[in-house]
Amino acid sequence: MSATTSVPEKAPERPAAKPPRSRGDRLFSGAARAAGLTILAALAGVFIFLTIEGVPGLSQPTSTYAPNHDFLSYVGPLIYGTILAAVLALLLAVPFALGIALFISHYAPRRLAVPVAYVIDLLAAVPSVVFGLWGARSLATWLVPLHAWLYGHLSWLPFFAGPPSVTGRTIFTAGIVLAIMILPIITAISREVFAQTPRLDQEAALALGATRWEMVRMSVFPYARSGMVSAVMLGLGRALGETMAVAMVLSASPVVTLNLISNTNPATVASNIASSFAEATPAKLHVLIATGLVLFAFTFAVNFAARWVVGRNERRMAR
Amino acid sequence: MKSTSIRRAIVPGIAVLTLALSGCGAGNEASGNTGSGLSGTLNGGGSSAQESAQAAWRAGYQTANSGVTVNYDPVGSGTGRENFISGAYMFAGSDSALTTDGGELDSAKKHCGGDVIEVPAYVSPIAVVFHVQGIDKLQLSSSTIGDIFSGKVTKWNDPEIAKDNPGAKLPSTTITPVHRSDDSGTTANFTDYLEQTSGGTWKYPTDDTWPIKGGESGEGTSGLVAAVKAGDGTIGYADESQVGDLGVASIKVGSSYNAPSADGAAKVLAMSPKVSGRGANDMAIQVDRKATQPGDYPLMLTSYLIACPTYGSKTDADMVKGFLSYAVSSKGQQVAADQAGSAPLDPALQQQATKIVDQIAAK
Repeated sequence: MSATTSVPEKAPERPAAKPPRSRGDRLFSGAARAAGLTILAALAGVFIFLTIEGVPGLSQPTSTYAPNHDFLSYVGPLIYGTILAAVLALLLAVPFALGIALFISHYAPRRLAVPVAYVIDLLAAVPSVVFGLWGARSLATWLVPLHAWLYGHLSWLPFFAGPPSVTGRTIFTAGIVLAIMILPIITAISREVFAQTPRLDQEAALALGATRWEMVRMSVFPYARSGMVSAVMLGLGRALGETMAVAMVLSASPVVTLNLISNTNPATVASNIASSFAEATPAKLHVLIATGLVLFAFTFAVNFAARWVVGRNERRMAR
Repeated sequence: MKSTSIRRAIVPGIAVLTLALSGCGAGNEASGNTGSGLSGTLNGGGSSAQESAQAAWRAGYQTANSGVTVNYDPVGSGTGRENFISGAYMFAGSDSALTTDGGELDSAKKHCGGDVIEVPAYVSPIAVVFHVQGIDKLQLSSSTIGDIFSGKVTKWNDPEIAKDNPGAKLPSTTITPVHRSDDSGTTANFTDYLEQTSGGTWKYPTDDTWPIKGGESGEGTSGLVAAVKAGDGTIGYADESQVGDLGVASIKVGSSYNAPSADGAAKVLAMSPKVSGRGANDMAIQVDRKATQPGDYPLMLTSYLIACPTYGSKTDADMVKGFLSYAVSSKGQQVAADQAGSAPLDPALQQQATKIVDQIAAK
C-alpha cells in the first residue's frame, strides 16, 4: 500500500504522524528543491549584477547620452522600439501559431500532423544570427515593393505615412523576422496544451451536436487558456530580448515614431546594446547595462500582469 | 561480434589520434627565435580603422621577430586611449589625438612620466559612395554633399547636383543618405571636412556620432557599404579600401574634381600644420582640409599610434620601439598600403616619426 497522502485520525493531543518516506523520496525532493533554488539564485544574481553595474549609468555626464541629454530620453525611444517590434511580431505570429497548433492537434490527419510539427520545430533550430543575415540581405530587398505599395495606398494611416525605405531595413521587416522566430515556440506549447484537452469534454460537445469548430471553442479553448497565455508570454519574452536579428535588420535612430516603413526606425534595447557594446567607453557601458535593467524590469512586469489576468479569469471560472 | 569489437576500438582509437595530432600544432610557441631574439607579448588596441593595417604590420613584424606576439584589439579609438592611459595597453591606435579638454593628454603624460609619443601611421582616403541606377560618374562639391546629407537636397536631378555635373543626365530618384550608426572616426573626419569646406551650409558639430537624428544607417564600414548597395538612390561615406564595386564620387578641390587617391590624402596631411602647444614627441596634426592644390584629396582620415617614451622593462621598450619603427618605416607603410589600401606617409613626416620612435628606451 502506498503511504502518501493519508494522515491518520488520532486524538488531537498527539501530532499527526508523517507518512513514511524512503531515501529515494528524500533524494528526489532534495534535488528538485535544489534545482529550483539554483534557478532563483541565478535570476537573483543577474538582477544584482544589473543593479550594481547599471545604477551608475543613471547619472553619467550628458555627452554619454548623445544625441539625447539624459537617461530617460536615452532609454525612452529604446523601450518604445522594443515594445513596437514585439507587438508587431505578436500580431503576426499569434494567429498563425494558434491556427497551426489547432490544425496539428485537431484537424490534420495523423500522417500530415507529424511532419508539419517536425518542420515547425526545425524552424526553432535556426540561429538568430542566420535570421538576421537572411532578413537584412534577402527579405528586406524582397519587401521593398510592399513598402512602396503600402505608402502608395495607405499613407493616410500614421503607420504608413513616411517616405518608404528603399533598402527595406525597417521595423516592419524586423517585425516579420521576429514573428517567424517566435512562431515555433508558441506553436509547440499550444499544440501540447490542445492535445491535453480531456477527451470526455470533446466527445460530450460533439455528442450534443456541436460542429468541430464549436467543439474547439467550447471545450478546448477554455481548458487551454492558461497554456496559450504561457506560450504567448514565452514568445513575447523572446521577441523582447531578440538581439542579433534585429541589430542586423534595422537601420536605427534614437527617435520615437509610429512610421513603420520609413528609414528612421527606433532601435530596441537589446539591439542597441549589441551595436554599441564594442566601442563603448566604461561610462557608456554603465548606461547600456542600465537599459538592460529597464528591459528586465519591464519583461518581469509584463509577465506578472499576464499571469494575474489569467489567474483572475480562472478564479472567475472556478466559481 | 564484429560490431562490438569495432565499437570497443573507437574510443581508445580517438584518444590515440587526439594525442598524436596534438603534437602537430605546437609550432606557435617560441620554438626558435629568428631575427632579434626578442620574445614576449605586445598588447595594444584602439582604432578599428587601423585593423587591416595592424594585421599587415603584425604579420611583417612577427615574421622578423618570431618570439614576439603582437595583440591588437580593435575596440575603438576612445577605449583604446583610455586603456593606454590606464596601462592595460602598451601602445594604442587612435583616429584622433589625445584630447586636451578631456584631460587625456595630461593623464597620459602622468602615466608615461614624460612627453607622450603620438605619430601618424595610417592615412586613408574616405570615399563618397553611391548606388544609383542611371548614374555611373558623379562629381560633387562640398556644399552639395552637405546639403544632400542634411536632407536639403532630396532628388538626384536637383539643380544643385546638375550644376556640379554639367551635361549629365540625372534620374529623378529620391536620395537616401546612409550614415554610420556606431561611433566612428570616419564620421568624425567626414563631418570635419564638411564643417571646414562647405562654406557654412553644414551647421552640425564635428563628432564621432552622426549628428542628425533619423535616416538610413549601417553598422561599421561593411554595414554602411551593404546598406548603400541594398537600395537605389543611396549615398554614403566609407573608407576607400572597402568600397568594392560601388560608384565613387569625385569631390571638388579648387576648381577641379578629384577622385579619392592615396597620394592626394598624403599630400593634404603633409601640408597641414601640427597642433600647437603639444610636446616635442607629439605629432598631432590639425588637418587643413581647405587645400586646393591639384591632386589633393582632403576628405581623409589620419590615425595615430600612441606610445610612451620610456618603459619599465627593456624588453617592453624594445618591443614597442621595434613594432612602431616597423609601422612607420617605408617598408611597413608599403605593406599597409598594399594590404589595407592606405596612403604611405610623406617622406618628411616619415623621417620625423622615425626619429621620435627611435627615442623609445627603458627607464
